[in-house]
Amino acid sequence: MTSVDATPRRPSSAADLASALADVEYLADDGLATAGYLASRMGRPLFLEGDAGVGKTAFAQALASATGAHFVRLQCYEGLDAAQALYDWDFTRQILHLRTVEAAAHATGERPDTAKLEASLYDRRFLISRPLLEALETTPSVLLVDEIDRADDEFEAFLLEVLSEAAISIPELGRVAAAEPPLTVLTSNRTREVHDALKRRCLYHWVEHPGFDREVAILRRRLPDITERLARDVATAIRRMRELDLIKPPGVAEALDWANALSTLGARTMDPDLAAATLGAVLKYREDAERARSADIANLLGE
Amino acid sequence: MADAGRERDITEILVGFARTLRGAGVDATPDRVQAMLAAAGEIGVTDRESAYWAGRLTLCGEPDDIPTYDAAFAAYFSDAPALPPTPQTPPRATRRPTLLFAPSRPGTGEADEDETTVASMASDTEVLRYRDIAALSAAEREEVRRMLALLAPGTAPRRTRRFRPAARGPVDPRATVRRMLRQAGEPTRLARRRRGAKPRRLVLLLDVSGSMAPYADALLRFAHAAVRRRPTLTEVFTVGTRLTRVTRALRHRDPDVALGAVSRAIPDWHGGTRLADSVTAFLDRWGRRGTARGAVVVICSDGWERGDPTALGDQVAHLSRLAHRLVWANPHRGKPGYAPLVGGMAAVLPYLDDFVAGHSLASLEELVGVIARA
Repeated sequence: MTSVDATPRRPSSAADLASALADVEYLADDGLATAGYLASRMGRPLFLEGDAGVGKTAFAQALASATGAHFVRLQCYEGLDAAQALYDWDFTRQILHLRTVEAAAHATGERPDTAKLEASLYDRRFLISRPLLEALETTPSVLLVDEIDRADDEFEAFLLEVLSEAAISIPELGRVAAAEPPLTVLTSNRTREVHDALKRRCLYHWVEHPGFDREVAILRRRLPDITERLARDVATAIRRMRELDLIKPPGVAEALDWANALSTLGARTMDPDLAAATLGAVLKYREDAERARSADIANLLGE
Repeated sequence: MADAGRERDITEILVGFARTLRGAGVDATPDRVQAMLAAAGEIGVTDRESAYWAGRLTLCGEPDDIPTYDAAFAAYFSDAPALPPTPQTPPRATRRPTLLFAPSRPGTGEADEDETTVASMASDTEVLRYRDIAALSAAEREEVRRMLALLAPGTAPRRTRRFRPAARGPVDPRATVRRMLRQAGEPTRLARRRRGAKPRRLVLLLDVSGSMAPYADALLRFAHAAVRRRPTLTEVFTVGTRLTRVTRALRHRDPDVALGAVSRAIPDWHGGTRLADSVTAFLDRWGRRGTARGAVVVICSDGWERGDPTALGDQVAHLSRLAHRLVWANPHRGKPGYAPLVGGMAAVLPYLDDFVAGHSLASLEELVGVIARA
């Protein structure tokens, strides 16, 4: 079990949560703050969708730090099953334990008590916690189930069961129930439709790209070293790029990378040459980069 | 007590709003409405903003719901007249007896005539299989529909990452050790495992523009058969001037009800074609995120492109890089003397894995075979 470093605090309103999130450098808009607040008050999982790089994963992390909860992440992928999501027995250690007991019994010449031996085999110390069990055992905790759409659909049904019970039964050990259900955040990239049964249990929020002022504020907060002017220039250029009809419009993550790259090179304002040189931090497709160049990056700054 | 009265009012207002929203087409089920009331209780509905978020977070289930929600919210919480409700349950389709049970020509219907009726019907069916769907009479079309419902398009399986216990194959160390534990640590028979298999995803992009109008019904029925076969592994979109996802509407068991729901969902039915834009929209919103990755993608269109054919070529090239296999079904291909010279068709031809016709029942059966190819 993992200890929780900060003291847990419960937000008293959506605005309170927003300011707690701001303290850990995450600037949430009204919708997202309300969603987080309601999820914690109503004990419902929060289902987040939105373009890549709008800060869905970062939100869950910030939520954990802001409420002083333990953060557990379950990255979904195809073939994910209970042994990787829930718990697993450490078989090698169990066998070693068995052999040790046997050897000891052999040396002293007495027969080991089989019932006792079996009970000692299925001890908690031989159980390896995987993310879901870890989240249930640690209170309070924030559980992030990232990219649920990548897992097989059978996994959804299984997850639904664990989430609605906030408990799991381990046949050899008994039932493990959470003292307080973990605050669960699910994210999806919409590669396939998630079952309605799961969605119905959740609060649903579509995360938008931040507006201009919020994006400037995010850049300034996360990168205290950059100048106000550079933050505004980057935010303007990023906003223009989102209007350009690109294959992958840049998200907040790309804006941060770009601003960081520019400031590392010593830029205090957006310089067309530097912008062209660092374009790889924002646009990751050759077609997009060409389109941005033909649209003239200098023009992306307006005027 | 006065407070209780106020709360009751709010509940009534919110439930009324949920009803309006359902009328506008968002699937606001009773448990979602319950959740909205609970959310409203938690944040305290004191202003428009909090009512908006309490409803949006609980009643909406996908991004497409949000514009509808915004419109319904604006209409309901203002003095503007409410949105005209659309009928919630489609009227039940009346089933017409199919040609199978009706005599193929007007006759007396006597018992000794039965055999000849069956024989002539069999040959009729055989001829019908090769006829162009656009040129059929209403009765023949009904017969084709019935036969389309019997098709079961499905993709070939691929290896998954998930292991399954098997009689032969590589050793499964965990299962073997588990077996050993059961026998007090003594070595035992080895447990083995194999990777499982799962069919690939099937993505159908159906052109419903004016030039494809004679084939749209048959293609949608084909899509319905595919969705019925593998509901979670099939995605169907219609393309025209815009992209519409119709998978959900096609999930209904009855083909006529499903098609009715589809025609209500499609805003650009029998309109123009902006194929390149629609394919781009598909790639941006679905394809690149994963829907097209490793999938069998079938585009059913005549390739009439109003816009720039090179743009269509670029998008289809991109799609072919994402998809496992890209198949194009063009009804005109079945016509004698057809050559893919239309601007759009010529541009996409180099990127296709298969190019089939799809204008008759027989060619749609051939398409089933092409889809099932590994």
